[in-house]
Amino acid sequence: MTEIWDGVRAAFWLVVQLDADLIDITLRSLHVSLTALVIACVIALPAGTWLAVRRFRFRRAAIATLNAFMGLPPVVVGLIVYLLLSRNGPFGVLGLLFTPTAMIIAQVIIITPLIMSITHQAMRELWAEYHDLLISLNTTRTQRIRTLLWDGRRALLTAALAGFGRAIGEVGAIIIVGGNIDQVTRVLTTAIALETSKGDFALALGLGFVLIGLSLMVNYLTHSLSQTERSGRW
Amino acid sequence: MVDNLLPLRVDDLVVSRRGKRLLGPVSHTFAPQGLTLVIGPNGAGKTTFLKALHGIERISGGTLTWNTPPEDARQRQSYVFQSPTMLRRSVRDNLAYPLWVAGVDKALIRTRCDRWGARINLSDAMDRPAPLLSGGERQKLAIARALISDPDVLFLDEPCANLDGQATADIERMLTETQATGTRVIMTSHNLGQIRRLATDFLFVLSGHIHEVGPAAQLHTPATPELAAFLQGDLL
Amino acid sequence: MIRHLILLINLIWATAATADTLRMAVTTSFHNSGLADVLLPAIQKDTGLDVHLLVVGTGQALRLGRAGDVDAVLVHARSAEDTFVSEGYGTHRREIMYNDFVLIGPQNDPAQIATQNTVTGAMTALAATRAPFVSRGDDSGTHKKEIALWVDAGLDPDAFGPWYRSVGAGMGASLNTAAGLNAYILSDRASWLNFANKSGLALLFSGDPTLFNQYAFLPVNSARHPHVRTEAVQRLEQWLTGPKAKSLINGFSIDGQNLFVFNAQNP
Repeated sequence: MTEIWDGVRAAFWLVVQLDADLIDITLRSLHVSLTALVIACVIALPAGTWLAVRRFRFRRAAIATLNAFMGLPPVVVGLIVYLLLSRNGPFGVLGLLFTPTAMIIAQVIIITPLIMSITHQAMRELWAEYHDLLISLNTTRTQRIRTLLWDGRRALLTAALAGFGRAIGEVGAIIIVGGNIDQVTRVLTTAIALETSKGDFALALGLGFVLIGLSLMVNYLTHSLSQTERSGRW
Repeated sequence: MVDNLLPLRVDDLVVSRRGKRLLGPVSHTFAPQGLTLVIGPNGAGKTTFLKALHGIERISGGTLTWNTPPEDARQRQSYVFQSPTMLRRSVRDNLAYPLWVAGVDKALIRTRCDRWGARINLSDAMDRPAPLLSGGERQKLAIARALISDPDVLFLDEPCANLDGQATADIERMLTETQATGTRVIMTSHNLGQIRRLATDFLFVLSGHIHEVGPAAQLHTPATPELAAFLQGDLL
Repeated sequence: MIRHLILLINLIWATAATADTLRMAVTTSFHNSGLADVLLPAIQKDTGLDVHLLVVGTGQALRLGRAGDVDAVLVHARSAEDTFVSEGYGTHRREIMYNDFVLIGPQNDPAQIATQNTVTGAMTALAATRAPFVSRGDDSGTHKKEIALWVDAGLDPDAFGPWYRSVGAGMGASLNTAAGLNAYILSDRASWLNFANKSGLALLFSGDPTLFNQYAFLPVNSARHPHVRTEAVQRLEQWLTGPKAKSLINGFSIDGQNLFVFNAQNP
């Protein structure tokens, strides 16, 4: 019990004093995860919608594969990205291993299937609702996807949030490909892992509370954004 | 002046699904003017017929011949579904949607939306989410959305099903006005009063076939016993 | 929003390519001691080098060196280091300093190792009592040392029963496990002193010269990995073996105990 209280107190002081390391680590966490999120959304939102709209031969197989990829163990993703980016690996010449870019790549791989799958499910429902109308109106395929993306934006926001939650809380992959280098690739989750390994539970918990607080804040922010958005409720 | 879309000639049209024949073979020629009512009991194939005419039901046999090439014909017709789909947007954006699809200039979209919003008495509700409208308002919005692109032909599938008297009256007035401006209207209904009020001519569909055709006056003197029975409200 | 995004992307892509950085793989035991926190700022100040530390076990540190993913390694496992150099992955091996290993265990010391005179005696006593023992099991320098100690005592760790727990984790995590199980464990002195979650554990045996732990610096061979920053590595080596490093390393202490002895040879 005392450890949890020490953790709460440590977290409180870290935040109140705007601890430079903490701010630095938090910003880096946000940088990595938000960048990964933006990239993953650019890929997954249109792709998930496309998968809902388009009928093709291997559609079922593609969806099954997608759902399987959604459960990819981050550690395995980390290992594979590590091997690909290592100097011995096929992309070694890029010198990306142990950089934030490597962490972003790993996170994009982890969250893209998740966002794509949630998008696909939401868009499939919306498409069932819109199908006849959009066919009747002679819409092009691009117009259909744009319409679904726009009208399904709340569902997509949820998908993006789920992706962000997974990215910001992920440690297995990024500690492998990022190396947890102080000032360079140390983020909240890897810092927590490190402090735990040092037996410094108070600081680890403190960082953990900051992480939870951060996810809550992003959730509330997104929620209030979608509330104030003109004609936001149906 | 562009070519007339009509007449539309239907020759031996057949629609089958999973080996079961839903419609046809039917043959008919739709004249350039008028308000045609496709009538008949439930399950007779009215909706299938309408969708096949509009080109959103895959046809298994026969031909549809418009007076203009098919791609052109497709652009110049609108369809209102039995339970109208409301886009999850504002009333204004629902009205604007077909114009956006057609790539119409933004300023023009705005003025046309204002005009049609006023016509369906939704000027004050232009920014409300369309899915929150009442059933009657939704149906009127769907018709306005179908008419905003100035189609030459308007198809409607049971536009007044489940609506109250006032909404039905509003919609019937809209349809009469529409027909008066030269837009061809082809619709289904099984409301006998509505059929008599609106039709200039009718098609009586029974078990996937056209059973009787004629001008509105013929509804008072049916040629077949089945139509007579239908008009008396008997179950067929 | 867009501006922030651009700023954000700039920040992320800017970090990778600073000129005077180099990557060094170090062992967890070195890093957990806290010595790095003293040395790195001084290195930065004196040489302008920004040293990025990858904190891993000795086994992985050497593998990183083999793959060319780091520019140098600082580890403590003599025979593995010699192989690394003889196979041409490292240019040479330079001894920097040493610290020592200690045996940690439950305060009541059921195996009575505190009364032993030699580490061999202590290990024999441990195996005889079958008191719970946590092994790093991660191919690290400390793990290799532990295996060597068992072998020196004429024992075979592979044949041990369930009292011998191989956890496959870093020093800190293993100490956490030992604290949880109230088990014996071999640790380097620095990690132990810095370890915050000591619970019921105590330092029971130390001081046998066999337990000395030599750290060596190995630059990665640029003949195998041309991208290695040889020049920066040379500057770092010069600094690590110089007078400033000597005074910082010898002066580093925790709770009044000196942890490291500088022993780099300068020609």
